[in-house]
Amino acid sequence: MSTEAMKLLSVAIAIAVGAIGPALGIGMIGSKAVEALGRNPEAESAIRTTMILALAFAEAIAIYALVVALILKFA
Amino acid sequence: MPKISIKAEIIFHLFGYSITNSMIASAIVFLLTIFIALYFKHQSTLKKKENFYYLIKFFVKSIYDLFFSVLGEKTTVFFPILFAFFFYILLENWFGLLPGVGSLLIKVKEGHEEILVPLLRANTADLNTTIALAIISVFSIQYFSIKYLGVKKYLHKFFNFSDPIMFFVGILDILSEFSKVLSFAFRLFGNIFAGEVLLTIVAFLVPVLASFPFIALEIFVGFVQALVFSMLTAVFLSNAIVEHH
Repeated sequence: MSTEAMKLLSVAIAIAVGAIGPALGIGMIGSKAVEALGRNPEAESAIRTTMILALAFAEAIAIYALVVALILKFA
Repeated sequence: MPKISIKAEIIFHLFGYSITNSMIASAIVFLLTIFIALYFKHQSTLKKKENFYYLIKFFVKSIYDLFFSVLGEKTTVFFPILFAFFFYILLENWFGLLPGVGSLLIKVKEGHEEILVPLLRANTADLNTTIALAIISVFSIQYFSIKYLGVKKYLHKFFNFSDPIMFFVGILDILSEFSKVLSFAFRLFGNIFAGEVLLTIVAFLVPVLASFPFIALEIFVGFVQALVFSMLTAVFLSNAIVEHH
């Protein structure tokens, strides 16, 4: 396998594996937020703010993998 | 396909310093921030105010209410630095989405050959900027922690010799202060830079109309990242100024 092919493969693996965890996390956050909303519809704005913050945290993990992938690809 | 570069490109040299395209963009955003702040201050003294004043005021008020839910009555003390973070990062993120930023190219001599580089680059898509912002944020957290707790209690948080478990937790706490810088910096940089790459690639795949939803997404992401940066600083601050048990 050539170096270039290995590099492309490592980029794909980095982002693919790195996205698994955050994907599960974001799904859980979303489902729990909807559950909380169903139990307590008055707290919608508080739930939304907390959910978006938690989503940003989970997303940040995927972004770390993305940064690594981008560095591998372009640097 | 345009060349995507992770680091900011050097435009020219000034007294031995390299001026990069992201520094030019940051100077523009910096002046804009100061201009809006002075405009707001000037308008607040007038009797008849313009509509733009009320727009900014609405922004400030909603963000203040959000921080109030985290910090309580201490919000008045910390609001200037938190809102400064929020507003500056928001303007920088949105400045990168303007037409022309990243697409206006100029010729620059590198070594012996001339290359084309973008004249402006979204400032938060440059790792130097986000690390600088993160260091300011984490240092201000330490500063306010020392100010509210005193040096002795501040050090007690990290060096606790009462039992081996607390000692180990203290070491982990020291490490976590450093990792805060990294997580702040990479979160902001990664989100904005990934957005730039996404917009570039989509524009080259489908030239017409396809970029529109992605630009709307990037406007939202820019807002959320500015909010997350300042909100996290607020949460860490509120943890740092209360005594550790």
